[in-house]
Amino acid sequence: MATHTDRAYERDLNKLREGLLAMGARVEAMIAECVLSVVQRDSRLAEHVLKSDVAVNRLELEVDDLCRKIIALRQPAASDLRLITTAVKIVTDLERVGDLAVNIAERAVDLNKSEPMPIYDDLPRLAQLAQEQLQNALEAFVKGDVEQAERVLKSDDFLDALFVKLFNDLLQLMMEDSKTIRRATSLLFVAKHLERIGDHATNVAEMVIYLVKGTDVRHPRSR
Amino acid sequence: MSEPAARPKLEIRDLSIHYGTKTAVKNLNLAIAEREVLALIGPSGCGKSTFLRCLNRMNELIPAARQDGHVLLDGQDINARGVDVVELRRRVGMVFQKSNPFPKSIFENVAYGLRVAGLNDKAELALRVEASLQHAALWDEVKDRLGESALSLSGGQQQRLCIARALAVEPEVVLMDEPASALDPLSTAKIEELMHELKARYTIVIVTHNMQQAARVSDQTAFFYMGELIEVGATAQIFTNPGVKRTEDYVTGKFG
Amino acid sequence: MTVAARRSPGVRRATTGLFTGLTGLAVGLLVAILLLIVGDAVLGGWTRLSWKFLTSAPEDGMTAGGIFPAIWGTAVLTLLMTVAVMPVGVITAIYLSEYAPPGSRLAALVRTAVQNLAGVPSVVFGLFGLGFFVRFVGERMDRAMGDELKWGQPGLLWASLTLAVLTLPVVIVATEEALRTVAEDLRTASLALGATKSQTLARVVLPGALPGILTGAILAVSRGAGEVAPILLTGAAYYLPDLPKSLSSQFMHLGYHTYVMATQSPDVDATRPLLYATVLVLLALTFSLNLVAILIRSRSRRRVA
Repeated sequence: MATHTDRAYERDLNKLREGLLAMGARVEAMIAECVLSVVQRDSRLAEHVLKSDVAVNRLELEVDDLCRKIIALRQPAASDLRLITTAVKIVTDLERVGDLAVNIAERAVDLNKSEPMPIYDDLPRLAQLAQEQLQNALEAFVKGDVEQAERVLKSDDFLDALFVKLFNDLLQLMMEDSKTIRRATSLLFVAKHLERIGDHATNVAEMVIYLVKGTDVRHPRSR
Repeated sequence: MSEPAARPKLEIRDLSIHYGTKTAVKNLNLAIAEREVLALIGPSGCGKSTFLRCLNRMNELIPAARQDGHVLLDGQDINARGVDVVELRRRVGMVFQKSNPFPKSIFENVAYGLRVAGLNDKAELALRVEASLQHAALWDEVKDRLGESALSLSGGQQQRLCIARALAVEPEVVLMDEPASALDPLSTAKIEELMHELKARYTIVIVTHNMQQAARVSDQTAFFYMGELIEVGATAQIFTNPGVKRTEDYVTGKFG
Repeated sequence: MTVAARRSPGVRRATTGLFTGLTGLAVGLLVAILLLIVGDAVLGGWTRLSWKFLTSAPEDGMTAGGIFPAIWGTAVLTLLMTVAVMPVGVITAIYLSEYAPPGSRLAALVRTAVQNLAGVPSVVFGLFGLGFFVRFVGERMDRAMGDELKWGQPGLLWASLTLAVLTLPVVIVATEEALRTVAEDLRTASLALGATKSQTLARVVLPGALPGILTGAILAVSRGAGEVAPILLTGAAYYLPDLPKSLSSQFMHLGYHTYVMATQSPDVDATRPLLYATVLVLLALTFSLNLVAILIRSRSRRRVA
C-alpha cells in the first residue's frame, strides 16, 4: 500500500488505528472477565472490569481527540476520511461495550452476595459469541476484510436466537420459583447486555464495510 | 443527485494534445453539463491546464501545440473550419492564475471585451460594466472609483476585476486557471463564494491545485494524471470514495 | 559554500575591499572625465553665452556673431530625421517581435542586418547618403523634373534621411525591447476576451510600449543631433548666414560648425570663446534630450509598479 507523502500524517493515522485496537483488546478482555465473574462467582474479576473501564474511557478520549486533530489539520479525503469517520463511530461503540461490561460486573457483584443460581450453559455461550463477534469485527477492521465483516452481520442472528432462548428459560425459572425472580432478573439483564454487545459488534462490522468499500450498509430500509 | 442534462454544454471526444513530441493530453473523453462547476485536479504537468486552454483555443498561441479529436460546444466542433476563434473566445471566457488587469482604468478594463467587440455606446457600456462588476461582487467596492487605475486595487480585487472583465462579454462558459492560487484566504473565500453565484448562469471549468478548493466549489471533479483523465465523478464521491486507486492516492496525499 | 567557508574572514574582507576599491576607482575616473569635459566647456564658453549669441548669425569669418543658423539647422534636421525614422523603425520592430514567426529566417536576417548597421562607422553612412540619396535618387528626380539642379546636390532632406538610416537600429532595438516588456499575460488576456491580434496590438501592446518607444526616439534624436560625419557629405554647409528655405537647401549644423570653427578659423584666438560656447550649447542640447528620455522612462516605470 502506498504511504502518505507526509510521514507525520501517516504516523497520526497509524496511531489512530493502534488506539482503536488497544481499546478493542481491552474491551474484549472486559467481556471475558465480567462473564467469568458471574459464572465463577469471582467478584475480584468484577473489580478489575471496573478498573479497565477507566482505561477504556481514557482511550476513547484520546482517539476522539486524535480524530479532531487530523480533521482540523489534514482535511482528510477518501479512505482517510472514511477511516476517521469510522474511528469516531467505532470508538463510541467500543466505549458502550465497555459500559455494558461494567453493568454486567455490577450485576455479578450483586449476584455473588446472594445464593448461587443454576447457570445455564447458554449464558457462557452467549458471552463467548458476543466476544467472538466483537473480535471478528475488529479483525475485519485490521485486515480490511469485508467478507469477515459480513459474516459478523449474519452471525448476529445466532446471538439473538440464543438470547431469546435464555430469556424464555429464565422466565420459566421465575414462574416455577418466585424466590429466584430477583436473581433471575439480574441474569436476564446480563444476557440482555451481552446481546447488546453483539449489536455493537455488528455496528463496528458495518462501519468496516463502509471503510473498505465506501458504501454504507446500515439501515437498508431507511433509504 | 441532479438529473443528467439532455445535451452536455461541452463534449470532448478522443482529444489528444501534443507539444512537439511530448503528449500533454491523451485520448480524453469527457462531457460537461450546462451550469455545472467542473474542477480539474492533478499534479503539476498532468495536462489539466493544457486541456483547459484548448477549450477556448488558447493553445493555438503555442506554435508547437498540435491537437487531435473534437471539442464540441453545444454540439458544434470548435475547431471546425469556419468557426471564428474570436467569436468562440467571447462564448468561452477565461480567468488566469495571475490577475492581469490592463494598465487602464477599472471601467476600461471591464469595458475592454465589449469595445473590441464593437460596442461604443456610452450608456450601454456603463450599464454592462456595472452589471459585470455586480456579478463579480466588486461593484460596491469600486463604484466610486471607476476612473482609477485597475492596478490600484488589491490582489483579490484585481482578480475579481478580471472575472468581471471576462463576464462582461456574457460568455456561456468560464474557464478558470487556478484563479485563487495567489490570493489570501479571505479573497479566496470571496472568489469561491462568487463561483457558487456564477453557477446559476454559467458553466464553469476550474483548474486548481488546492484540493479543498475543488471540493468546496465544484459539482464534478476530474482527476488528471500524466495527460490522462483517470477518473471523473461527483465531487463528493471523488473525495469520499473514489473509484480508482490513483485518484485515492492523490486525494489522500500518497503521491511520490 | 565549502570554498567560502574555508576562507578566513580576514581574506574575505580584503577581497571584498579590493573589488569595492577597483569598481569605485572606475566610477571615479568616469565621473572625473565627464566633469573635466563639461567643466571645460562651461568655464570656457559661459562668458560668451548670451541671447544675442543664440539668435544671430556668425560674422567676420566666425570670429564674431552667433550661431543661430546652426541651432536652427540642427533642429530642423533632427525633426525631419525623427519623422523619417520613427514609422520605419517602429513598424520594423513590430514585425520582428509580433508578427514574424518564431525561428523565421527573414526575421533573423533583418535582426543581423540591424546589428551590423549599428556597427558601421558614421562616415560610411555619409558616403552612402551621398551615393544613394544625392547621386542615385536626387539626380534621377532632377532628370525627371527637368534639368535644373535641385535634388541632385547635398541638402536638408538627404541629410535627414541619411541620419534616419544611421539611427534606425537605435529605434528598432529600443522598440523591440519596449514591446517585449509588455507582459505576455496582457496579450493573452486580451485575446481571451475576444480581441483580434491587431486589436490587442493597438489597444494593449502599443500603449504599454509607448514610453519605451519614446525613449528610443529621444535616444535616436540625441545620437542624430550630435553626428557630423554623415551630414558632412549630404547637406551641411560650411558657412551660410541664411536659414534653409526648402528641403533641398543646405544648412548649418552645430556639430559641423564646431568642427569648422576648430579647424578653419582665420583667427584662432578670436574664435576660441565662440567655439567653447558652441560646444556648450551642443552638450546642453544632447544632455537635456537624454534627461527627457530618463524622465519618461522613470515615469512609465512608476506607473507600472
